[in-house]
Amino acid sequence: MATLPLPASRWRRWRHQYALAALGGAIVLGWMIVAIAAQVLAPYAPSAVDLTTRLLPPGGLHLLGTDELGRDVLSRMIFGARISLVTGVVVVTVGAAIGTILGGIAAYAGGLIEEAIMRLTDLVLCFPPIILALAIGAALGIGTTNTIIAMLVVWWPKFARLARSLVLQQRSLEYVDAALVAGYGPARILVRHIIPNSIGPLVVLVTLDVGNAIIIFAGLSFLGLGVVPPTAEWGSMISEGRELVAQWWVASFPGVAILSIVLGFNFLGDGVRDWLDPRSRRY
Amino acid sequence: MNADIGSVTPDERQVVLEVEDLRTWFFTDQGIARAVDGVSFSVHAGETVGIVGESGCGKSVTALSVMRLLEAPARIVSGTIRFRGRDVCAMRRADLRAMRGGDVAMVFQDPMTSLNPVLRIARQLSEAMTIHGVSGLEAARRGVALLGSMGIAAPERAMTSYPHQFSGGMRQRVVLAMGMSNEPALLLADEPTTALDVTIQAQILDLLRDLNRDFGTAIVLISHDLGVIATICARVIVMYAGEVVEQGPTVEVLANPRHPYTWALLNARPGLDTDRGDRRLITVEGMPPDPLSQPSGCRFAPRCPFRQPVCDEHPPLLDTGPDRLARCWLARESDRPLLHPPRASRQTAPEAVPAATAIMEVTGLVKYFRLRRGLLARPHVVRAVDGVDLTIERGEVMGVVGESGCGKSTFARTLLRLYKPDAGSIRFDGQEIAAASAAAIRPLRRRLQMVFQNPYASLNPRMTVDAILAEPLRYHGLTNSADDTRRRVDELLGLVGLGSSARGRYPHEFSGGQRQRISIARALAVQPDFIVADEPISALDVNIQAQIVNLMIDLRERLGLTYLFIAHDLAVVRHICDRIMVLHLGQVAEIAPADDLFTTPLHPYTRYLISAQPSLHGIGSGTNRQKLSGEPANAIDPPSGCRFHTRCPIARKICAESAPSPRMLRLRHEVACHFAGEF
Amino acid sequence: MLRFLIARVSVMLVLALLATLVVFLITNTVPGDPVLAQLGDQAASDPVFVAEWRHQYGLDRPLWNRYVIFLNDLRQGDLGRSIRSHRPVLDDVEEYAPATLELATISFVLTLVVGIPLGILAAVKRDSWVDHLARGISLLGVSSPTFWLAFILLAVFYGYLQIAPGPGRLDPIALPPPTVTGAYLIDSVLAGDWESFHDAAAHMVLPSIVLAAATIGLITRTTRASVLESIGQDYVRMGRAKGLRESLVILRHVLPNALVPVVTLGGLAYANLLSGAVLTETVFSWPGLGRYTFLSAAALDFPAIMAITLLVAVTYLVINLLTDISYAILDPRVRQ
Repeated sequence: MATLPLPASRWRRWRHQYALAALGGAIVLGWMIVAIAAQVLAPYAPSAVDLTTRLLPPGGLHLLGTDELGRDVLSRMIFGARISLVTGVVVVTVGAAIGTILGGIAAYAGGLIEEAIMRLTDLVLCFPPIILALAIGAALGIGTTNTIIAMLVVWWPKFARLARSLVLQQRSLEYVDAALVAGYGPARILVRHIIPNSIGPLVVLVTLDVGNAIIIFAGLSFLGLGVVPPTAEWGSMISEGRELVAQWWVASFPGVAILSIVLGFNFLGDGVRDWLDPRSRRY
Repeated sequence: MNADIGSVTPDERQVVLEVEDLRTWFFTDQGIARAVDGVSFSVHAGETVGIVGESGCGKSVTALSVMRLLEAPARIVSGTIRFRGRDVCAMRRADLRAMRGGDVAMVFQDPMTSLNPVLRIARQLSEAMTIHGVSGLEAARRGVALLGSMGIAAPERAMTSYPHQFSGGMRQRVVLAMGMSNEPALLLADEPTTALDVTIQAQILDLLRDLNRDFGTAIVLISHDLGVIATICARVIVMYAGEVVEQGPTVEVLANPRHPYTWALLNARPGLDTDRGDRRLITVEGMPPDPLSQPSGCRFAPRCPFRQPVCDEHPPLLDTGPDRLARCWLARESDRPLLHPPRASRQTAPEAVPAATAIMEVTGLVKYFRLRRGLLARPHVVRAVDGVDLTIERGEVMGVVGESGCGKSTFARTLLRLYKPDAGSIRFDGQEIAAASAAAIRPLRRRLQMVFQNPYASLNPRMTVDAILAEPLRYHGLTNSADDTRRRVDELLGLVGLGSSARGRYPHEFSGGQRQRISIARALAVQPDFIVADEPISALDVNIQAQIVNLMIDLRERLGLTYLFIAHDLAVVRHICDRIMVLHLGQVAEIAPADDLFTTPLHPYTRYLISAQPSLHGIGSGTNRQKLSGEPANAIDPPSGCRFHTRCPIARKICAESAPSPRMLRLRHEVACHFAGEF
Repeated sequence: MLRFLIARVSVMLVLALLATLVVFLITNTVPGDPVLAQLGDQAASDPVFVAEWRHQYGLDRPLWNRYVIFLNDLRQGDLGRSIRSHRPVLDDVEEYAPATLELATISFVLTLVVGIPLGILAAVKRDSWVDHLARGISLLGVSSPTFWLAFILLAVFYGYLQIAPGPGRLDPIALPPPTVTGAYLIDSVLAGDWESFHDAAAHMVLPSIVLAAATIGLITRTTRASVLESIGQDYVRMGRAKGLRESLVILRHVLPNALVPVVTLGGLAYANLLSGAVLTETVFSWPGLGRYTFLSAAALDFPAIMAITLLVAVTYLVINLLTDISYAILDPRVRQ
């Protein structure tokens, strides 16, 4: 008879399943600490120009080297975390809030209101996000707030669609009928029954999407929109260093920063999904 | 063909399939689930064998093992499967493929998903033949003939259609055509009719019997329903917890079960002709053992009403007569039949004598749905409920039956104002609620409750049982302190046979039957007068069905409830209802007292439904069955006149022209038919 | 099918009209004054000059009036005049579009050729090393900022290893092949100029990989999920029960179903490639529409930005329409 494998222990299964999620959480948490404690952690002021120390390679006093204006790459990277994290989180949470409310209203109200809201999402979704954000950002002018506004305009529709389909899906389930039969009012049914059951997929999308927002914001900064120079921001740092192939450190490290934080949010989001939806779990 | 199959004794015939000590286990993270654990049986050429058991007993896994269609984490760990003497487990892949679809065909449960949605029928059907060496042209020609012989009208056109253009019954015919295309020696049919209406089920069962007769194909029919098995199978194998617990000729097993589990299966199921003096069904407590940790003794012992000390030892399959085996120590002792165990004697409450006060009066109820397909398309109107009159008396159990799509669920939901009716009046206890606003109805909600069909969707998954039951109590101010609420929740749980230990747990921690109990407790929390039960037992196993039926009967007697009970199983409806309404395409066909309806059906549709109900009376009962062909008409575009006339065996000209209105032909027995009873 | 087509096309037309309104409104109602942004400080401080300027560009009329004019101009193919190049935007677009289309198309092919087989393989060999590799590739592709990846590849393969050519479409001293389509790969073949072809192809390698990276990740993930979903269906088991060999089961029953959502995404992916070109072309100094958009944005050249936005939106809509149609062709259930 074939030898039978022993059932894996609970802990081993857990570790197998959530190792990456824990790593992602650690990365995100790490960057959050860096952003908060930037003043303490950064060896130099992020915008301190020193033309005598231009384009120093990594090592010595400047762990990650210096850029064309002699600014410390590591310090700029540390301060850049603030902008990336804040914009990523703000765009996604505010976008998700707007989208969810509109989508929820659409699903619940139905009729003309639903038509209007959903056609509006169709309209926004027919523009490629980065181009529309670029156009709006250009119209509003350079700056973090303006860029966030531009991104919000293109960000909410996907949440509106998701929220609407989630609410519709939950509403078709019998436990909502049961709540109606019990005589509860619409507000109670929404708050106590539909929302708690719809929130999971939204949380997953929010987590996965922060990374996405960080990339897009960095992209817009790279194109010159996101931040007013000399503010330290990862996208604009790459932009400043993009011609400096020989001085690779100027543009490389901010990119690694973006990559790591985006991976972190992706791992975390996958973990959240596994946790919320047992069916997607691997065995 | 072998015309003399029936006269040949099994021993003389060739054995097609021989399964010996098969063990198929699932290697899951939680441990090893012994889904099939030492199963042996054989099938002779041209024989019809049924495998019966509740969900999870291993019957499907057995069939998949025979085809070697198992997927990880399932694995055949030991045993042999011999098809025509060849070891299936040792077959090379090419031989295996030649066997699959060539000599052994398989049909799955859900015809809606068994066909590839993006390929035409012709391609899928021809493919079944071309991979076994038939030329493309020949396959196409034979495909048309096959579809025709499966009872599909216009087979040429069917060949060029896509699966979604067919109903479930038609799809199952196509699947059967694929299975039969190479004239296999053996057909494994895994619950082929479970997803279908009882009327369509009868047609498919007829077809299976014809295939067995005409092609000489041996059939292994897997079902949870003994009635279905009894309709076409000469021999039956009963499975429990991964083992065969009894086998023998169907007629004998049904007449005199030797294993207590078979006995329990039989008794949990009301017949169309059983005495319904006491409406309680005989049930066994508990649930099948966890396949991860099967008990070392008799696997049924923990639930067995006949349990004895010897049952701690695992019984082998014992000979209990010619061709009969049973895995029970009791079977060895004598051939004394298993009798009903003494039941807690409960004073049989008098049949609820209707006090003749109406609690619910429905007149001319209409509910249409408008379907919009796209911006420019004309909306379709589904006439789900189209002019129904019904009066339900206080204390009565009113049954509603009909095929799927007949509007029975819509009727129930409109009655409770989950839908707003398009026309008609609904008077609940004298109060008109058809047009009342949602806010105006809310105070009445307390008195009108509902139990839903799907126990997996009807409980909020994020609330504990305690929260689910306490919410209506607090919302309606039925309890005035936390202690009071707690006491009442315990009381409710006790009422439905669950302990207070259930309180802190979430719905997913319970089985389907237990969830249905919670659902009933929730409905009872507000002390209603009237409960709509929309197919409350359809999703449950037979024994659990019986438990829920008993619970509902008890509760009615204790609390003086009125029920509207919807089901598609006529036997169950007959068993627990005082009166029954037969709905057909949104209209009343017949309303009558339960016994009267079954002894003297007046509407041809009612007669058709009754005759389609599989019964335990074994083979042959189907032959004198009223065979109707055809699919139910469509509620979007219902036929003119009497909506049943397109399928009706006694329809005449007038039936297509004018719709009959319900007439009272016998005592409390209404029927809507121009030629009521004239068949 | 016809009704389906009519419905889709009319929805698309309505959305396209609304898109013009959106673009118009962005241009004309935003707080930043494009005129002031365009004119130098000195000119902007001269009210007469500003008024004249406004009049010249029709900026002094009421909003609805300007929208009608805008639409009318559009109807005649007038997308406005670029402030930066002083040429009609459409002329600029004609000049720069071929480079972008060529790059996006090559990237698209790359995406499909890599992403779909990788996704299928990952699903079929679930939890094997192929699956893990595919997951890794798609995660990296999705998580890397395009512009950074472009820089890294340039730095490694051009700067350090020197096995790839530098930025641009051709060697700086080489002459482009005679223009027929504007796509150098095609034009050089038409001219029989194999040296140019080789040069253009070599310059195409890095940008197309960079541009395709994110969409490869997306397509791989979707294909994998879709194949996994399809592989668990009853009709697949039915195919096995018929006696089909596993490869045929995948080919005939899994893929036709699993690829339907991938096709939907494919359309979106192509549209994304077009817009992703903004970042990629900027790094590779690729003289296409993406770089044009970037330069216009940097110079706040509104007419150009808005024209591009509108063009891309319409392209998006057309691609969506084509996607819907192919969806209907692939899945008979959608057609009714």
